[in-house]
Amino acid sequence: MNRALYDRVSGYLLRHAAAIIFIVVFVYFGLAADNFLSAENSLNIIKQASFTGVIAVGMTFVLLTAGIDLSVGSNMYVSAMTVGYLLQIPGLQGGFGVLAGIVAGLATGALFGAINAACIVYLRITPFLVTLATMVAGHGLVTAITQSFGLDYPAAFTSFGAASILGIPIPVAIFAAVVAAAHIVLTRTPFGRQLYAVGNDAEAARKAGIATDRIIFSVYVISGLCAALGGVTLIALVGRLNQTFGVGKEFDVITAAVLGGTSLFGGVGTAFGAVIGSVLVQMVQAGMVFVKVNLYLQPMVLAAVIFIAVFFDSLRGARLEKLKRRFIRMDAPNEPGASAGKEIANPP
Amino acid sequence: MSGPAILTLAAIAKAFAGIHAVRDVSLAVGRGRILGLVGENGAGKSTLMNIIGGVVRPDGGTMLLDGAPYAPASPGEASRAGIAFIHQELNLFSNLTIAENIFLNDFPQRRFGPFSLIDRAAVARQARALLSEVSLDLPPETPLDRLSPGERQLVEVARALRLDARIIIFDEPTTSLTARETERLFALVARLREAGKSVIYISHILTDVAALADDIAVLRDGALIEAGAKAQFPIARMITLMVGRPIDQLYPPRKSAPQAAVLLEAISLGATGIIRDVSFALHRGEVLGIFGLMGAGRTELARILFGLDSHETGEIRVEGRRLPARSARASIRSGIAFITENRREEGLLMNGTVAENIALAALPRLAITPAELIEQGRIRSAAGALAEALNIKTASLDAPAKSLSGGNQQKVVLAKWLLCRPSVFIMDEPTRGIDVGAKYEIYSIIDRLAGAGGGVLFISSELEELLAVCDRILVMSRGEIVGEFARAGFDRGRVLAAAFREAAA
Repeated sequence: MNRALYDRVSGYLLRHAAAIIFIVVFVYFGLAADNFLSAENSLNIIKQASFTGVIAVGMTFVLLTAGIDLSVGSNMYVSAMTVGYLLQIPGLQGGFGVLAGIVAGLATGALFGAINAACIVYLRITPFLVTLATMVAGHGLVTAITQSFGLDYPAAFTSFGAASILGIPIPVAIFAAVVAAAHIVLTRTPFGRQLYAVGNDAEAARKAGIATDRIIFSVYVISGLCAALGGVTLIALVGRLNQTFGVGKEFDVITAAVLGGTSLFGGVGTAFGAVIGSVLVQMVQAGMVFVKVNLYLQPMVLAAVIFIAVFFDSLRGARLEKLKRRFIRMDAPNEPGASAGKEIANPP
Repeated sequence: MSGPAILTLAAIAKAFAGIHAVRDVSLAVGRGRILGLVGENGAGKSTLMNIIGGVVRPDGGTMLLDGAPYAPASPGEASRAGIAFIHQELNLFSNLTIAENIFLNDFPQRRFGPFSLIDRAAVARQARALLSEVSLDLPPETPLDRLSPGERQLVEVARALRLDARIIIFDEPTTSLTARETERLFALVARLREAGKSVIYISHILTDVAALADDIAVLRDGALIEAGAKAQFPIARMITLMVGRPIDQLYPPRKSAPQAAVLLEAISLGATGIIRDVSFALHRGEVLGIFGLMGAGRTELARILFGLDSHETGEIRVEGRRLPARSARASIRSGIAFITENRREEGLLMNGTVAENIALAALPRLAITPAELIEQGRIRSAAGALAEALNIKTASLDAPAKSLSGGNQQKVVLAKWLLCRPSVFIMDEPTRGIDVGAKYEIYSIIDRLAGAGGGVLFISSELEELLAVCDRILVMSRGEIVGEFARAGFDRGRVLAAAFREAAA
């Protein structure tokens, strides 16, 4: 009896590990720092998280197919640069010009993703290596074009980055819209459901007549588009493009997706996971400032949170394995002498 | 065959790299009839079905489906033409629900402005209707990973019905099903026939084919040997036609007798939720069978004995010495070999050559000390000797393991272990999915191993082979040993009753 209760409780805890860690961190900083729970700070955390979060949503699509996209940080840089150069043109510094610049930036990101996709789908190169190469290439391209000079953005563009809709900052509104759209695509469209099938077993998906190549191509384009969206909104806030823009961002993004429960092995994950993961990372970083953790120790604390979350995930995997093994016997009610199965699962 | 044919094959031929896989096969599948297709591994059954299912294209010959020419270029085209192929390894996705698996390729959709989304209500409604047709009484939202192998098979059939298949091909559908699930599947196949569907049923279990089919077709070496109504094919005749010569016996005689010395001993082994209080002794020269229904805990016991999984109570002794818990390395060192039921995934490197596979477990022994480098020559001579002793049929020692038939792959697994000179052989379903001739050879090898002083723990769900080959049979049910039968007291009915726990309180 106790064992059954223990099984249920621990199963529940493991299934919701990300949300529980989230709440624990939230409550801890809330109690430890006076102003942590203020509306202003909360909104600020969400705003800071939204840049990583948008890209993590795109990464979730890629991870669901058991792929990976290391080039998102580099993609941000290339897309932001495209916007920057277009907006240097005097005629494009008004409202419609800014809009055209943003669209061009997003198109650049999607094209970047399509190049990744083409190498993966048609040349059959491993996603890890393709995106490692384009990560370096993208950064190199911008360095070559800008000669490593910084790039400034016109006021019409930076005011867009600082604007709000109904009191909600633009980056947060965009994040919310992207998450909602991704959630609907993943749960309510044939494309979304087939995506999970491809991540579960690509070979079986092909045999089942699913257009696996088309799906894999799409996820890298989606990831590229999301990276550009994150890059464009972030550069609108920063206002000046320099050489460190987007560097190392892929690790923040993958961390956020995995913290939110998306598996690196494909087939498991949700759009909301990207929200939980990216806000959690941001919350830990902001909270450490509030409780005055030594600046040099902060990366270690963040590493500990990541470790705990990933450890729970692996415990969950092992447990699910075990549950499956036991399930063989739970098939028993159809067979004669059914009651014996339960006896063994819970020895008297 | 009586009545009109739905599918007619005329002079179908297919060769791979010059070797004829199917030659000049002409065959008709009757409307609303069940065709049992039998033949040894490599007889051309799979190739023929792959041609019908659009997986490969024939080199010659024509097909007529419902009177119209039929030449599918892809599996998709075949399924649109109404032909469903239910493979032995099911094509389902464990991270999706039952309904999503059924509709994966064409979800009912509804338009919302410019977008069209999955119509969940329609999916649930249509899925429920299909599930009731295959009598699977589960909510369509159930995640697939909660289903047993038998239930998954029913989901696959529901998917075929969804595509409105006219011909449904089953390839070895019962290998991982319980007795009860098999019964359910047979009832369903019979209902499909009543509904006017045609079924092609491929199986090595000839009693199943005999019970189910209306017509029988026998293939051998890529050619159709004979086809006709079931009445003309008693099982003995099916075997004769398949093998090409009369086989008087399916089983070799047991030549040696067990000795008194104990090789492997389990003492009150227990693992929560897996097995309970399992004790037995395996003697030198003995073939000890373990029988039980699917889920009785036989494979779990084998894994614990070999040290792959842990146990909580009791101990395992080999020749009197206690084995450390959960150490497969220690088990191998003390002379235990484990031939798994899953040779494709656990037993063999499918892309490795025959020689590499044979040498794998004994590599440290074959290495030249002290640098522990591997000498190819020694590997080849050792592997070659065993391949000959076990009569492994392969083009060469350098052929990849995946090019071998199931029976010969199993012999490679055996050879791999023999190179380590073990004394205890744990064999988990060693004859699953292999043909009659290869089974006979495996039984002979088991007899020889016991004759040479080894002990064989023979786990199987085919009671017939255990009764024929073993000196003693233990019966497991729900993790416990519930019966023991010595050869003199072998009785099919009593063993089965014990497995179903009818006799037990």
